[in-house]
Amino acid sequence: MATQSSRMAARLMVAPSVIVLFIWMIVPLALTIWFSFRVYRLLSPERNGWAGVQNFTWFFNSPDFWLAISNTLLLVGGVLAITIVFGVLIALLIDQPVWGQGPLRILVISPFFVMPPVAASIWENLFMHPQNGMFASIALSMGFQPILFLESYPMSSVIFIVSWEWLPFATLILLTALQSMSSEQLEAAEMDGASAVSRFRYLVLPHMTRAITVVVLIQTIFLLGIFGEIFTTTQGGPGSASTTLPYMIYKQAVIAKDIGRAAAGGIIAVILANIVAYFLMRSMGKNLDA
Amino acid sequence: MARTVTPRRKLFYTVAAWSVALLIFFPVLWTILTSFKTEASAVASPPQLFTADWTLDNYAEVWGRSDYPRFFWNSVVISVGATLLGLIIAIPAAWSMAFVPGHRTKDLLMWMLSTKMMPSAAVLIPMYLIFQRTGLFDTRTGLVLALMLMNLPVIVWMLYTYFKEIPGEILEAARMDGASLKDEILYVLTPMAVPGIASTMLLNIILAWNEAFWTITLTTTKAAPLSAFIASFSAPQGLFYAKLSAASTMAIAPILVMGWFSQKQLVRGLTFGAVK
Repeated sequence: MATQSSRMAARLMVAPSVIVLFIWMIVPLALTIWFSFRVYRLLSPERNGWAGVQNFTWFFNSPDFWLAISNTLLLVGGVLAITIVFGVLIALLIDQPVWGQGPLRILVISPFFVMPPVAASIWENLFMHPQNGMFASIALSMGFQPILFLESYPMSSVIFIVSWEWLPFATLILLTALQSMSSEQLEAAEMDGASAVSRFRYLVLPHMTRAITVVVLIQTIFLLGIFGEIFTTTQGGPGSASTTLPYMIYKQAVIAKDIGRAAAGGIIAVILANIVAYFLMRSMGKNLDA
Repeated sequence: MARTVTPRRKLFYTVAAWSVALLIFFPVLWTILTSFKTEASAVASPPQLFTADWTLDNYAEVWGRSDYPRFFWNSVVISVGATLLGLIIAIPAAWSMAFVPGHRTKDLLMWMLSTKMMPSAAVLIPMYLIFQRTGLFDTRTGLVLALMLMNLPVIVWMLYTYFKEIPGEILEAARMDGASLKDEILYVLTPMAVPGIASTMLLNIILAWNEAFWTITLTTTKAAPLSAFIASFSAPQGLFYAKLSAASTMAIAPILVMGWFSQKQLVRGLTFGAVK
Protein backbone atom coordinates (compact mmCIF):
# COMPACT_ATOMS: atom_id res chain seq x y z
CA MET A 1 0.00 0.00 0.00
CA ALA A 2 3.08 2.20 -0.08
CA THR A 3 2.65 4.61 -2.94
CA GLN A 4 5.02 7.40 -3.87
CA SER A 5 2.97 9.96 -1.98
CA SER A 6 2.57 7.86 1.13
CA ARG A 7 6.35 7.36 1.24
CA MET A 8 6.75 11.09 1.04
CA ALA A 9 4.25 11.58 3.86
CA ALA A 10 6.05 8.94 5.91
CA ARG A 11 9.36 10.80 5.57
CA LEU A 12 7.70 14.01 6.66
CA MET A 13 6.29 12.29 9.73
CA VAL A 14 9.68 10.91 10.75
CA ALA A 15 11.51 14.15 10.06
CA PRO A 16 10.76 16.07 13.30
CA SER A 17 12.07 13.26 15.52
CA VAL A 18 15.19 12.81 13.43
CA ILE A 19 15.92 16.52 13.22
CA VAL A 20 15.55 17.29 16.94
CA LEU A 21 17.54 14.20 17.94
CA PHE A 22 20.25 15.08 15.45
CA ILE A 23 20.52 18.61 16.82
CA TRP A 24 20.45 17.27 20.39
CA MET A 25 23.33 14.96 19.52
CA ILE A 26 25.51 17.05 17.24
CA VAL A 27 25.40 20.56 18.71
CA PRO A 28 26.52 19.71 22.25
CA LEU A 29 29.06 17.24 20.89
CA ALA A 30 30.56 19.79 18.49
CA LEU A 31 30.70 22.43 21.24
CA THR A 32 32.30 19.95 23.64
CA ILE A 33 35.00 19.14 21.08
CA TRP A 34 35.59 22.86 20.49
CA PHE A 35 35.84 23.71 24.21
CA SER A 36 38.08 20.74 24.92
CA PHE A 37 40.86 22.45 22.93
CA ARG A 38 40.31 25.88 24.48
CA VAL A 39 41.46 27.60 27.65
CA TYR A 40 38.13 28.47 29.17
CA ARG A 41 37.81 29.16 32.88
CA LEU A 42 34.76 30.87 34.26
CA LEU A 43 36.77 32.17 37.21
CA SER A 44 39.43 33.82 35.06
CA PRO A 45 37.69 34.81 31.84
CA GLU A 46 40.54 37.10 30.72
CA ARG A 47 42.72 34.08 29.97
CA ASN A 48 41.49 32.43 26.84
CA GLY A 49 42.85 30.98 23.65
CA TRP A 50 43.87 27.64 22.26
CA ALA A 51 44.99 25.08 24.76
CA GLY A 52 46.21 22.45 22.34
CA VAL A 53 45.92 19.11 24.05
CA GLN A 54 46.66 20.52 27.51
CA ASN A 55 43.16 19.81 28.82
CA PHE A 56 43.51 16.20 27.80
CA THR A 57 46.99 15.80 29.23
CA TRP A 58 45.75 17.30 32.50
CA PHE A 59 43.18 14.52 32.66
CA PHE A 60 45.60 11.76 31.75
CA ASN A 61 48.16 13.00 34.28
CA SER A 62 45.68 13.44 37.09
CA PRO A 63 45.84 10.52 39.52
CA ASP A 64 42.08 10.96 40.01
CA PHE A 65 41.46 10.19 36.36
CA TRP A 66 42.56 6.57 36.39
CA LEU A 67 40.77 6.11 39.68
CA ALA A 68 37.62 7.59 38.12
CA ILE A 69 37.89 5.30 35.09
CA SER A 70 38.36 2.23 37.24
CA ASN A 71 35.54 3.33 39.58
CA THR A 72 33.22 3.78 36.59
CA LEU A 73 34.03 0.33 35.23
CA LEU A 74 33.84 -1.17 38.72
CA LEU A 75 30.40 0.36 39.23
CA VAL A 76 29.07 -0.91 35.88
CA GLY A 77 30.66 -4.35 36.23
CA GLY A 78 29.78 -4.77 39.89
CA VAL A 79 26.15 -3.80 39.49
CA LEU A 80 25.77 -5.97 36.36
CA ALA A 81 27.25 -9.01 38.14
CA ILE A 82 25.13 -8.57 41.27
CA THR A 83 21.85 -7.83 39.49
CA ILE A 84 22.20 -10.69 37.00
CA VAL A 85 23.25 -13.38 39.49
CA PHE A 86 20.63 -12.43 42.06
CA GLY A 87 18.12 -11.58 39.35
CA VAL A 88 18.36 -15.12 37.95
CA LEU A 89 18.04 -16.66 41.42
CA ILE A 90 15.07 -14.53 42.45
CA ALA A 91 13.35 -14.99 39.09
CA LEU A 92 13.74 -18.78 39.44
CA LEU A 93 12.24 -18.59 42.93
CA ILE A 94 9.25 -16.41 41.99
CA ASP A 95 8.61 -18.57 38.95
CA GLN A 96 7.94 -21.57 41.20
CA PRO A 97 4.31 -22.25 42.05
CA VAL A 98 3.66 -19.74 44.85
CA TRP A 99 0.63 -18.06 46.34
CA GLY A 100 0.21 -14.38 45.48
CA GLN A 101 2.55 -14.04 42.54
CA GLY A 102 0.93 -10.74 41.51
CA PRO A 103 1.59 -8.93 44.81
CA LEU A 104 5.05 -10.51 44.89
CA ARG A 105 5.95 -8.94 41.55
CA ILE A 106 4.72 -5.58 42.80
CA LEU A 107 6.89 -5.75 45.93
CA VAL A 108 9.96 -6.82 43.97
CA ILE A 109 9.64 -4.16 41.24
CA SER A 110 9.11 -1.28 43.71
CA PRO A 111 12.74 -0.14 44.18
CA PHE A 112 12.93 0.55 40.45
CA PHE A 113 10.38 3.32 40.79
CA VAL A 114 12.20 5.09 43.63
CA MET A 115 14.06 8.09 42.23
CA PRO A 116 17.87 7.83 42.60
CA PRO A 117 18.32 10.70 45.09
CA VAL A 118 15.59 9.26 47.33
CA ALA A 119 17.03 5.76 47.13
CA ALA A 120 20.48 7.08 47.97
CA SER A 121 19.18 9.25 50.79
CA ILE A 122 17.16 6.40 52.35
CA TRP A 123 20.17 4.10 52.39
CA GLU A 124 22.53 6.82 53.54
CA ASN A 125 20.42 8.07 56.42
CA LEU A 126 18.01 5.39 57.58
CA PHE A 127 20.33 2.41 57.09
CA MET A 128 24.02 3.24 56.69
CA HIS A 129 24.26 6.21 59.02
CA PRO A 130 26.94 5.44 61.67
CA GLN A 131 24.90 6.77 64.61
CA ASN A 132 21.24 6.54 63.76
CA GLY A 133 21.14 4.03 60.91
CA MET A 134 19.52 0.65 61.30
CA PHE A 135 22.75 -1.21 60.47
CA ALA A 136 24.51 0.67 63.26
CA SER A 137 21.91 -0.23 65.86
CA ILE A 138 21.95 -3.86 64.76
CA ALA A 139 25.74 -3.90 65.06
CA LEU A 140 25.62 -2.23 68.50
CA SER A 141 22.98 -4.61 69.81
CA MET A 142 25.21 -7.52 68.86
CA GLY A 143 28.19 -5.89 70.50
CA PHE A 144 30.05 -4.74 67.38
CA GLN A 145 31.29 -1.31 66.41
CA PRO A 146 29.11 0.29 63.70
CA ILE A 147 30.70 0.18 60.25
CA LEU A 148 31.30 3.55 58.56
CA PHE A 149 29.89 2.35 55.24
CA LEU A 150 30.17 5.50 53.15
CA GLU A 151 33.50 6.57 54.67
CA SER A 152 35.34 3.24 54.81
CA TYR A 153 33.77 1.45 51.84
CA PRO A 154 32.39 4.22 49.60
CA MET A 155 32.50 2.38 46.27
CA SER A 156 31.07 -0.86 47.66
CA SER A 157 28.28 1.11 49.33
CA VAL A 158 27.42 2.96 46.12
CA ILE A 159 27.49 -0.32 44.15
CA PHE A 160 25.20 -1.84 46.77
CA ILE A 161 22.69 1.03 46.56
CA VAL A 162 22.67 1.06 42.75
CA SER A 163 22.29 -2.73 42.68
CA TRP A 164 19.24 -2.45 44.91
CA GLU A 165 17.73 0.00 42.41
CA TRP A 166 18.43 -2.15 39.35
CA LEU A 167 17.87 -5.65 40.75
CA PRO A 168 14.08 -5.35 40.20
CA PHE A 169 14.54 -4.49 36.54
CA ALA A 170 16.81 -7.48 35.91
CA THR A 171 14.55 -9.78 37.91
CA LEU A 172 11.39 -8.75 36.10
CA ILE A 173 12.91 -9.19 32.64
CA LEU A 174 14.43 -12.56 33.51
CA LEU A 175 11.15 -13.65 35.07
CA THR A 176 9.25 -12.69 31.93
CA ALA A 177 11.69 -14.76 29.88
CA LEU A 178 11.33 -17.72 32.25
CA GLN A 179 7.56 -17.65 32.04
CA SER A 180 7.65 -18.02 28.27
CA MET A 181 9.46 -21.33 28.64
CA SER A 182 7.58 -24.52 27.86
CA SER A 183 7.08 -26.78 30.84
CA GLU A 184 6.84 -29.91 28.69
CA GLN A 185 10.50 -29.68 27.81
CA LEU A 186 11.49 -29.42 31.45
CA GLU A 187 9.22 -32.24 32.50
CA ALA A 188 10.59 -34.45 29.75
CA ALA A 189 14.12 -33.71 30.93
CA GLU A 190 13.11 -34.45 34.50
CA MET A 191 11.61 -37.81 33.52
CA ASP A 192 14.77 -38.66 31.63
CA GLY A 193 16.60 -38.20 34.91
CA ALA A 194 18.28 -34.83 34.32
CA SER A 195 19.27 -33.24 37.62
CA ALA A 196 18.07 -29.79 38.64
CA VAL A 197 21.52 -28.37 37.99
CA SER A 198 21.81 -29.80 34.49
CA ARG A 199 18.22 -28.77 33.67
CA PHE A 200 19.21 -25.24 34.63
CA ARG A 201 22.52 -25.38 32.77
CA TYR A 202 21.28 -26.91 29.52
CA LEU A 203 17.65 -25.78 29.28
CA VAL A 204 16.85 -22.76 31.41
CA LEU A 205 20.05 -20.76 31.00
CA PRO A 206 20.16 -21.00 27.17
CA HIS A 207 16.53 -19.93 27.09
CA MET A 208 17.38 -16.83 29.14
CA THR A 209 20.44 -15.80 27.10
CA ARG A 210 18.54 -13.24 25.09
CA ALA A 211 16.95 -11.70 28.18
CA ILE A 212 20.33 -11.52 29.93
CA THR A 213 21.79 -9.82 26.84
CA VAL A 214 19.03 -7.22 26.94
CA VAL A 215 19.56 -6.62 30.67
CA VAL A 216 23.30 -6.09 30.14
CA LEU A 217 22.77 -3.69 27.21
CA ILE A 218 20.13 -1.52 28.82
CA GLN A 219 21.67 -1.41 32.27
CA THR A 220 25.06 -0.49 30.82
CA ILE A 221 23.54 2.50 29.03
CA PHE A 222 22.08 3.76 32.29
CA LEU A 223 24.92 2.72 34.61
CA LEU A 224 27.66 4.51 32.65
CA GLY A 225 25.96 7.78 33.55
CA ILE A 226 25.21 7.13 37.24
CA PHE A 227 25.29 10.48 39.01
CA GLY A 228 22.45 11.15 41.46
CA GLU A 229 23.42 8.37 43.87
CA ILE A 230 27.00 9.60 44.21
CA PHE A 231 25.94 13.25 44.36
CA THR A 232 23.56 12.47 47.23
CA THR A 233 25.73 10.12 49.29
CA THR A 234 29.50 10.47 49.04
CA GLN A 235 29.96 13.53 46.78
CA GLY A 236 32.72 11.48 45.18
CA GLY A 237 34.64 11.14 48.43
CA PRO A 238 36.16 10.60 50.84
CA GLY A 239 38.89 12.36 48.86
CA SER A 240 38.28 10.97 45.40
CA ALA A 241 37.62 7.40 46.51
CA SER A 242 34.18 7.17 44.91
CA THR A 243 34.61 9.64 42.04
CA THR A 244 33.44 8.24 38.73
CA LEU A 245 34.07 9.80 35.33
CA PRO A 246 30.67 11.59 35.16
CA TYR A 247 31.20 12.92 38.67
CA MET A 248 34.75 14.05 37.88
CA ILE A 249 33.46 15.99 34.87
CA TYR A 250 30.74 17.51 37.02
CA LYS A 251 33.34 18.60 39.58
CA GLN A 252 35.50 20.24 36.90
CA ALA A 253 32.55 22.04 35.36
CA VAL A 254 30.45 23.11 38.31
CA ILE A 255 32.90 23.31 41.21
CA ALA A 256 36.26 24.15 39.57
CA LYS A 257 34.45 26.00 36.77
CA ASP A 258 37.07 24.92 34.24
CA ILE A 259 35.06 24.47 31.08
CA GLY A 260 38.01 23.42 28.92
CA ARG A 261 39.04 20.58 31.18
CA ALA A 262 35.49 19.42 31.80
CA ALA A 263 34.91 19.33 28.04
CA ALA A 264 38.05 17.24 27.57
CA GLY A 265 36.67 14.88 30.21
CA GLY A 266 33.40 14.77 28.30
CA ILE A 267 35.16 13.72 25.10
CA ILE A 268 36.98 11.00 27.03
CA ALA A 269 33.63 9.83 28.42
CA VAL A 270 32.15 9.67 24.91
CA ILE A 271 35.12 7.62 23.70
CA LEU A 272 34.84 5.29 26.71
CA ALA A 273 31.11 4.83 26.12
CA ASN A 274 31.79 4.04 22.47
CA ILE A 275 34.43 1.47 23.33
CA VAL A 276 32.07 -0.20 25.78
CA ALA A 277 29.21 -0.04 23.26
CA TYR A 278 31.43 -1.51 20.54
CA PHE A 279 32.39 -4.51 22.64
CA LEU A 280 28.83 -4.98 23.82
CA MET A 281 27.41 -4.91 20.31
CA ARG A 282 30.13 -7.22 19.02
CA SER A 283 29.78 -9.80 21.74
CA MET A 284 26.03 -9.61 22.08
CA GLY A 285 24.76 -8.43 18.72
CA LYS A 286 24.31 -11.97 17.48
CA ASN A 287 22.01 -12.75 20.40
CA LEU A 288 19.79 -9.81 19.66
CA ASP A 289 18.67 -10.07 16.06
CA ALA A 290 16.60 -13.20 15.97
CA MET B 1 6.55 -22.80 33.32
CA ALA B 2 4.44 -23.28 36.42
CA ARG B 3 4.07 -26.92 37.31
CA THR B 4 1.85 -28.74 39.74
CA VAL B 5 3.52 -29.58 43.03
CA THR B 6 2.47 -30.80 46.45
CA PRO B 7 0.93 -28.18 48.77
CA ARG B 8 3.87 -28.55 51.16
CA ARG B 9 6.38 -27.62 48.50
CA LYS B 10 4.16 -24.79 47.37
CA LEU B 11 4.06 -23.48 50.93
CA PHE B 12 7.84 -23.70 51.14
CA TYR B 13 8.30 -21.78 47.88
CA THR B 14 5.71 -19.22 48.93
CA VAL B 15 7.44 -18.50 52.24
CA ALA B 16 10.86 -18.28 50.55
CA ALA B 17 9.67 -16.03 47.73
CA TRP B 18 7.77 -13.69 50.07
CA SER B 19 10.76 -13.40 52.39
CA VAL B 20 13.02 -12.35 49.52
CA ALA B 21 10.41 -9.94 48.16
CA LEU B 22 9.85 -8.33 51.55
CA LEU B 23 13.60 -7.97 52.03
CA ILE B 24 13.87 -6.12 48.71
CA PHE B 25 10.86 -3.97 49.53
CA PHE B 26 11.88 -3.34 53.14
CA PRO B 27 13.76 -0.03 52.65
CA VAL B 28 10.68 1.47 50.99
CA LEU B 29 8.39 0.10 53.70
CA TRP B 30 10.68 1.35 56.45
CA THR B 31 10.76 4.83 54.93
CA ILE B 32 6.97 4.93 54.83
CA LEU B 33 6.74 3.74 58.45
CA THR B 34 9.38 6.22 59.63
CA SER B 35 7.46 9.05 57.99
CA PHE B 36 4.65 8.48 60.49
CA LYS B 37 6.87 8.53 63.59
CA THR B 38 7.96 11.39 65.82
CA GLU B 39 11.59 12.48 65.33
CA ALA B 40 12.62 10.89 68.63
CA SER B 41 10.95 7.64 67.70
CA ALA B 42 12.52 7.67 64.26
CA VAL B 43 16.11 7.59 65.52
CA ALA B 44 15.48 5.38 68.56
CA SER B 45 17.85 2.47 69.03
CA PRO B 46 16.87 -0.35 68.80
CA PRO B 47 14.54 0.59 65.92
CA GLN B 48 10.95 0.94 67.10
CA LEU B 49 8.02 -0.60 65.36
CA PHE B 50 5.31 -1.51 67.86
CA THR B 51 6.42 0.95 70.53
CA ALA B 52 6.78 3.95 68.24
CA ASP B 53 4.88 7.23 68.67
CA TRP B 54 2.81 7.62 65.53
CA THR B 55 1.98 11.03 64.13
CA LEU B 56 0.91 12.83 60.96
CA ASP B 57 2.80 16.00 61.85
CA ASN B 58 5.69 15.30 59.47
CA TYR B 59 3.46 15.46 56.45
CA ALA B 60 1.79 18.65 57.63
CA GLU B 61 5.16 20.21 58.33
CA VAL B 62 6.84 19.17 55.07
CA TRP B 63 3.83 20.26 53.06
CA GLY B 64 3.58 23.49 55.03
CA ARG B 65 7.14 24.52 54.24
CA SER B 66 6.43 26.99 51.50
CA ASP B 67 8.86 25.40 49.08
CA TYR B 68 7.79 21.77 49.06
CA PRO B 69 4.58 22.16 47.01
CA ARG B 70 6.56 24.13 44.45
CA PHE B 71 9.11 21.33 43.99
CA PHE B 72 6.24 18.88 43.72
CA TRP B 73 4.44 20.98 41.13
CA ASN B 74 7.66 21.43 39.15
CA SER B 75 8.03 17.64 39.04
CA VAL B 76 4.49 17.23 37.75
CA VAL B 77 4.81 19.92 35.07
CA ILE B 78 8.22 18.77 33.88
CA SER B 79 7.55 15.03 33.71
CA VAL B 80 4.09 15.31 32.17
CA GLY B 81 5.13 18.16 29.85
CA ALA B 82 8.23 16.36 28.58
CA THR B 83 6.23 13.19 27.98
CA LEU B 84 3.35 14.86 26.13
CA LEU B 85 5.70 16.90 23.95
CA GLY B 86 7.69 13.74 23.23
CA LEU B 87 4.52 11.88 22.25
CA ILE B 88 3.46 14.64 19.84
CA ILE B 89 6.78 14.39 18.02
CA ALA B 90 7.15 10.62 18.30
CA ILE B 91 3.66 9.36 17.36
CA PRO B 92 3.86 10.39 13.66
CA ALA B 93 7.41 9.05 13.43
CA ALA B 94 6.64 5.68 15.03
CA TRP B 95 3.44 5.50 13.03
CA SER B 96 5.07 5.88 9.65
CA MET B 97 7.97 3.61 10.58
CA ALA B 98 5.55 0.87 11.58
CA PHE B 99 3.14 1.17 8.65
CA VAL B 100 5.31 2.49 5.82
CA PRO B 101 8.70 0.98 6.65
CA GLY B 102 11.52 1.91 4.30
CA HIS B 103 14.67 -0.10 3.86
CA ARG B 104 16.48 2.15 6.31
CA THR B 105 13.88 2.12 9.09
CA LYS B 106 15.81 -0.37 11.24
CA ASP B 107 19.03 1.65 10.92
CA LEU B 108 17.17 4.80 11.84
CA LEU B 109 15.76 3.16 14.97
CA MET B 110 19.18 1.89 16.00
CA TRP B 111 20.68 5.34 15.44
CA MET B 112 18.01 6.91 17.65
CA LEU B 113 18.82 4.45 20.41
CA SER B 114 22.53 5.15 20.02
CA THR B 115 21.96 8.81 20.94
CA LYS B 116 21.12 7.51 24.41
CA MET B 117 24.57 5.96 24.62
CA MET B 118 26.12 9.42 24.89
CA PRO B 119 26.84 10.02 28.58
CA SER B 120 24.94 13.06 29.87
CA ALA B 121 27.97 14.30 31.78
CA ALA B 122 29.93 14.50 28.52
CA VAL B 123 27.65 17.18 27.11
CA LEU B 124 26.99 18.93 30.42
CA ILE B 125 29.11 22.00 29.58
CA PRO B 126 27.49 22.97 26.27
CA MET B 127 24.05 22.25 27.66
CA TYR B 128 24.81 24.40 30.69
CA LEU B 129 26.11 27.27 28.54
CA ILE B 130 23.32 27.02 25.96
CA PHE B 131 20.76 27.07 28.74
CA GLN B 132 22.46 30.08 30.37
CA ARG B 133 22.64 32.06 27.11
CA THR B 134 19.10 31.34 25.97
CA GLY B 135 17.52 32.00 29.34
CA LEU B 136 16.34 28.40 29.62
CA PHE B 137 18.47 27.77 32.71
CA ASP B 138 16.40 27.06 35.81
CA THR B 139 13.13 27.20 33.88
CA ARG B 140 10.53 24.49 33.56
CA THR B 141 10.46 25.00 29.79
CA GLY B 142 14.16 24.22 29.63
CA LEU B 143 13.82 21.01 31.61
CA VAL B 144 10.78 19.93 29.60
CA LEU B 145 12.89 20.27 26.44
CA ALA B 146 15.93 18.50 27.89
CA LEU B 147 13.99 15.56 29.31
CA MET B 148 11.85 15.28 26.19
CA LEU B 149 14.97 14.95 24.04
CA MET B 150 16.53 12.53 26.48
CA ASN B 151 13.54 10.19 26.40
CA LEU B 152 12.51 10.66 22.76
CA PRO B 153 14.40 7.56 21.53
CA VAL B 154 12.66 5.44 24.18
CA ILE B 155 9.26 6.90 23.27
CA VAL B 156 9.73 6.28 19.53
CA TRP B 157 10.94 2.73 20.13
CA MET B 158 8.12 1.85 22.51
CA LEU B 159 5.44 3.24 20.22
CA TYR B 160 7.04 1.51 17.24
CA THR B 161 6.90 -1.90 18.92
CA TYR B 162 3.25 -1.34 19.84
CA PHE B 163 2.16 0.02 16.46
CA LYS B 164 3.94 -2.79 14.67
CA GLU B 165 1.52 -5.25 16.21
CA ILE B 166 -1.53 -3.56 14.71
CA PRO B 167 -2.30 -5.69 11.64
CA GLY B 168 -2.18 -3.75 8.37
CA GLU B 169 -4.94 -5.96 6.88
CA ILE B 170 -7.49 -4.38 9.17
CA LEU B 171 -6.92 -1.07 7.38
CA GLU B 172 -7.43 -2.66 4.00
CA ALA B 173 -10.63 -4.27 5.24
CA ALA B 174 -11.90 -0.93 6.50
CA ARG B 175 -11.04 0.68 3.19
CA MET B 176 -12.89 -2.03 1.27
CA ASP B 177 -15.91 -1.36 3.39
CA GLY B 178 -15.77 2.25 2.20
CA ALA B 179 -14.14 3.93 5.18
CA SER B 180 -12.57 7.30 4.44
CA LEU B 181 -9.09 8.16 5.69
CA LYS B 182 -10.67 10.10 8.53
CA ASP B 183 -12.84 7.14 9.53
CA GLU B 184 -9.85 4.85 9.30
CA ILE B 185 -7.78 6.91 11.71
CA LEU B 186 -10.63 7.80 14.04
CA TYR B 187 -12.52 4.52 14.36
CA VAL B 188 -10.03 1.81 13.41
CA LEU B 189 -6.51 2.87 14.27
CA THR B 190 -6.98 5.09 17.29
CA PRO B 191 -8.79 2.54 19.46
CA MET B 192 -6.10 -0.02 18.69
CA ALA B 193 -3.26 2.39 19.36
CA VAL B 194 -4.53 3.91 22.61
CA PRO B 195 -3.32 1.16 24.99
CA GLY B 196 0.20 1.32 23.56
CA ILE B 197 0.28 5.11 23.75
CA ALA B 198 -1.04 5.01 27.32
CA SER B 199 1.64 2.64 28.58
CA THR B 200 4.34 4.56 26.74
CA MET B 201 3.11 7.69 28.44
CA LEU B 202 3.02 6.12 31.89
CA LEU B 203 6.51 4.68 31.62
CA ASN B 204 8.03 7.89 30.32
CA ILE B 205 6.44 10.00 33.01
CA ILE B 206 8.14 7.65 35.48
CA LEU B 207 11.50 7.99 33.72
CA ALA B 208 11.21 11.78 33.58
CA TRP B 209 10.05 12.08 37.20
CA ASN B 210 13.03 10.05 38.41
CA GLU B 211 15.65 11.75 36.23
CA ALA B 212 18.39 13.18 38.41
CA PHE B 213 21.21 14.53 36.27
CA TRP B 214 19.75 17.36 34.21
CA THR B 215 17.32 18.27 36.97
CA ILE B 216 20.22 18.79 39.40
CA THR B 217 22.65 20.49 37.02
CA LEU B 218 20.28 22.70 35.02
CA THR B 219 18.32 24.19 37.91
CA THR B 220 19.02 26.14 41.05
CA THR B 221 15.75 26.84 42.84
CA LYS B 222 12.99 28.22 40.65
CA ALA B 223 12.40 25.21 38.43
CA ALA B 224 13.98 22.54 40.63
CA PRO B 225 11.83 19.40 40.87
CA LEU B 226 11.69 16.86 43.70
CA SER B 227 14.81 14.99 42.61
CA ALA B 228 16.90 18.12 43.13
CA PHE B 229 15.07 18.91 46.37
CA ILE B 230 15.70 15.48 47.92
CA ALA B 231 19.31 15.48 46.75
CA SER B 232 19.89 18.63 48.80
CA PHE B 233 17.75 17.50 51.74
CA SER B 234 20.21 15.00 53.15
CA ALA B 235 22.54 17.71 54.43
CA PRO B 236 21.24 17.93 58.03
CA GLN B 237 22.11 14.32 58.75
CA GLY B 238 20.29 12.50 61.49
CA LEU B 239 18.28 15.49 62.59
CA PHE B 240 15.15 15.21 60.52
CA TYR B 241 14.69 11.53 59.83
CA ALA B 242 10.93 11.52 60.10
CA LYS B 243 10.57 14.62 57.96
CA LEU B 244 13.08 13.31 55.44
CA SER B 245 11.03 10.11 55.26
CA ALA B 246 7.79 12.02 54.82
CA ALA B 247 9.32 14.13 52.04
CA SER B 248 10.72 10.98 50.40
CA THR B 249 7.39 9.18 50.65
CA MET B 250 5.61 12.09 49.02
CA ALA B 251 8.26 12.19 46.29
CA ILE B 252 7.95 8.51 45.40
CA ALA B 253 4.31 7.67 46.19
CA PRO B 254 2.69 8.89 42.94
CA ILE B 255 5.32 7.15 40.81
CA LEU B 256 5.21 3.97 42.90
CA VAL B 257 1.48 3.69 42.33
CA MET B 258 1.80 4.43 38.60
CA GLY B 259 4.63 1.94 38.44
CA TRP B 260 2.54 -0.81 39.97
CA PHE B 261 -0.04 -0.31 37.26
CA SER B 262 2.48 -0.29 34.45
CA GLN B 263 4.87 -3.02 35.63
CA LYS B 264 3.59 -5.50 33.04
CA GLN B 265 4.31 -3.05 30.22
CA LEU B 266 7.65 -2.09 31.71
CA VAL B 267 9.43 -5.21 30.51
CA ARG B 268 8.16 -4.86 26.98
CA GLY B 269 8.67 -1.13 26.90
CA LEU B 270 12.14 -0.83 28.33
CA THR B 271 13.49 -3.80 26.40
CA PHE B 272 12.13 -2.28 23.20
CA GLY B 273 10.02 -5.32 22.50
CA ALA B 274 12.99 -7.69 22.68
CA VAL B 275 11.53 -9.53 25.68
CA LYS B 276 7.82 -10.14 25.89
